[in-house]
Amino acid sequence: MRQPKIIVVGGGLAGLMATIRVAEAGIPVDLFSIVPVKRSHSVCAQGGINAAKNQKGEGDTVDKHFDDTIYGGDFLANQPLVKRMCEAAPGIIDLLDRMGVMFNRTPEGLLDYRRFGGTLYHRTAFAGATTGQQLLYALDEQVRRHEAEGKVKKFEGATFLSAVIDGGGVCRGICAMDLRTMEVKTFTADAVIFATGGNGAIFGRSTNSVVCTGSAQAALFQQGVDYANGEFIQVHPTAIPGEDKLRLMSESARGEGGRVWVPRNPAEKRPPKSIPEAERFYFLEEWYPKYGNLVPRDIATRAIHRIVYQEKLGIDGQPAVYLDVTHIPRETLDRKLEGILEIYEKFLGVDPRVEPMKVFPAMHYTMGGIWVNGEDQASNVPGIYAAGECEYQYHGANRLGANSLVSCIFGGGIAGRAAVKYAKNLENSAESTPAAVFDGERKRQEEKNHKLINQDGSENPITIWRELGQVMTEHVTVTRINKDLEMTDGKIRALQERYKKINLSDRTKWSNQTLNFARELENMLVLARVITLGALARNESRGAHYKPDYPDRDDANWLKTTRAKWVNNDIQLTYEPVDISLIKPRPRRYDAAK
Amino acid sequence: MAETKQVIVKVKRQAGPKEAARWEEFSLKWRPSMNVIICLRDIAENPVTRDGKKTTPVTYDSNCLEEICGSCAMLINGKARMACSALVDQLEQPIRIEPMSKFPLVRDLAVDRQFMFESLKRVKAWIPIDGTYNLGEGPRVSPEVQEKGYPLSNCITCGNCLEVCPQVNEHNQFVGAAIISQVRLFNMHPTGAMNKSERIAAIIGPGGIQECANAQNCVHACPKGIPLTESIAEVNRDAWKQALLSWLVG
Repeated sequence: MRQPKIIVVGGGLAGLMATIRVAEAGIPVDLFSIVPVKRSHSVCAQGGINAAKNQKGEGDTVDKHFDDTIYGGDFLANQPLVKRMCEAAPGIIDLLDRMGVMFNRTPEGLLDYRRFGGTLYHRTAFAGATTGQQLLYALDEQVRRHEAEGKVKKFEGATFLSAVIDGGGVCRGICAMDLRTMEVKTFTADAVIFATGGNGAIFGRSTNSVVCTGSAQAALFQQGVDYANGEFIQVHPTAIPGEDKLRLMSESARGEGGRVWVPRNPAEKRPPKSIPEAERFYFLEEWYPKYGNLVPRDIATRAIHRIVYQEKLGIDGQPAVYLDVTHIPRETLDRKLEGILEIYEKFLGVDPRVEPMKVFPAMHYTMGGIWVNGEDQASNVPGIYAAGECEYQYHGANRLGANSLVSCIFGGGIAGRAAVKYAKNLENSAESTPAAVFDGERKRQEEKNHKLINQDGSENPITIWRELGQVMTEHVTVTRINKDLEMTDGKIRALQERYKKINLSDRTKWSNQTLNFARELENMLVLARVITLGALARNESRGAHYKPDYPDRDDANWLKTTRAKWVNNDIQLTYEPVDISLIKPRPRRYDAAK
Repeated sequence: MAETKQVIVKVKRQAGPKEAARWEEFSLKWRPSMNVIICLRDIAENPVTRDGKKTTPVTYDSNCLEEICGSCAMLINGKARMACSALVDQLEQPIRIEPMSKFPLVRDLAVDRQFMFESLKRVKAWIPIDGTYNLGEGPRVSPEVQEKGYPLSNCITCGNCLEVCPQVNEHNQFVGAAIISQVRLFNMHPTGAMNKSERIAAIIGPGGIQECANAQNCVHACPKGIPLTESIAEVNRDAWKQALLSWLVG
């Protein structure tokens, strides 16, 4: 019998889980990643992973996890698959535990659980404050084992350029570039699973890693793969501002009792520790007594913006608030939060165990992504699957903390199985595709490279990128105003014009990172427009999408998924209904219990 | 107008593994909380040397920029460290930036650390689970074991411990402290312990634990503060035990 072949693009949690599932089915996998997979962005996830194990005897259930997730996402997620994810979550924790993840333990040797945003239950398993790193390593180790047994072949240091799609509109493989030799090659596969993460780089500075550009998603979009809910971008309330990156301060700091506050007096000059309790404004606790510091991220982020920009209560008049863990015993901090406290200490030279941290919101997570069906992670192009942050399925209008790791592993697992089934049942295998289909795609990509490398221009890619980040962060994150969004779209189109005059300042054909970055940038500009136009059209406020001119959720007109399509070389927005068959939408508020 | 503060950076450039190396000097505009990554990005935005010569952007590895992915290890003022956490204000100028010397050079500051990932294969640094289908919970682990194991599992495979080790050189294939410490981690886990002897056998032999000459540079160079020398001592004891046992049994 013919042996099918599967490609996975992306080696973070979702990509590795998909890889393991395919390898377990006895089908060879080619795994592509820009960086060695152990260096993928999943390592940056800090706080933990959710599963309703009810290990604290609080009466937590899968249904409550499901309801919290749908409610937290402001009813924009299709419900059946989210329910399946919540049902699978306890088993996923067991699996990770069996793989040897060094989760924190109770004295009895059981997994410990902490509280996280948007829930009233201790539902989050954790390994210190570096849970993503620990989970990624566990999957990386399993994949390495399959690699040693010859079931997985890694292509690390290779970047995805485009899918190879035949005349019938079926995906037959990919076109990729080796980042050392800069050689462009095509690879045949019966099915391709994309797990290429979020798109923080479009916003210039974010909590994301350098590789999180959204370039692969944008390339696929321009080949006819639909992109859903692009306008839903999560801004995390607590990050450390930096010139190169906004470094995350995990929600787990608040889960373990950390409190957010500002001095009540805007002219306050005393150091934070000497400001008496009565003169501190714990605004989240005051405004949201039930959830306090653990309101969902969109709520906390808007509250901090209100404190800084409307109430003018930012510390020293700056865009910053205190995140205070100094009242928590040092032993607890070191056992449960050391990883993140070290980041603060290393990059700011201040010990957060002694002095309250100064934080501000930062672009963090991409809720939108590649459109997939509600069944098995398949996109609208046969043979293309997507899992993890690069698809849109699980988090609706706002993701709850500690739900991303579980959605990556769940989605990756489903995609792996579905791709195997599809590849096995394929009538005409990818092998039978005419060579001209592959040659054509390769030549198209080589020509792009040739043009970029040889052209003389006056524009620098880093400059264009920094300008893109600035305008996106200012107008397409926390507060959205239609005239500003229109202006932003105009600015992006102007950047696209300037991009045509780009000069790489590097014409060598060996390890030319500027060439790769320029290619990513072209794609980022396209995806930036998808995000901006989606936001412009959606005249309501829902989850992370907030328009002061349309302050309420509008279910009558906008309880629908945005589905962007690439038509005649331009973006076309279409809409489809949300599957709300399991939980009836109700108003979302966090100042009282649900 | 006040003079803007400048940062002087010297970068060792090499176009490829077989090309000649040369130094280039850059003068950059100082900004608060500037790190070495920002310096390299500023050079990419305006690739002109201090004496006005046009050059190419610098090739280097980076990803997370918060010292958890292990990508951006390089030599900064002669010290093996991560570029993202190397803050300009804490560095003597001119800041000298060079690639790591113990790994094959790719271009400029980028090197190939595949050797470390291959070594992880050699020592079977994984828990051999039966499959990903539902088999219930994992074994109970005491908080004591977790608190010992977790720091070891923080290893980011940056290679700084190999870079500073005198025993990692052209004469041998020493796997280095990071890998030995992973052997200890997996042997500590209740399930991993079932394959302890296999891992110990793999860490003995050419390039194995006996190459360690106890210089102890590794533990000082580790950006994650991993007790590498403790790991080496413990794995060494186990290796001797196993060798002795096999000699006794014949």
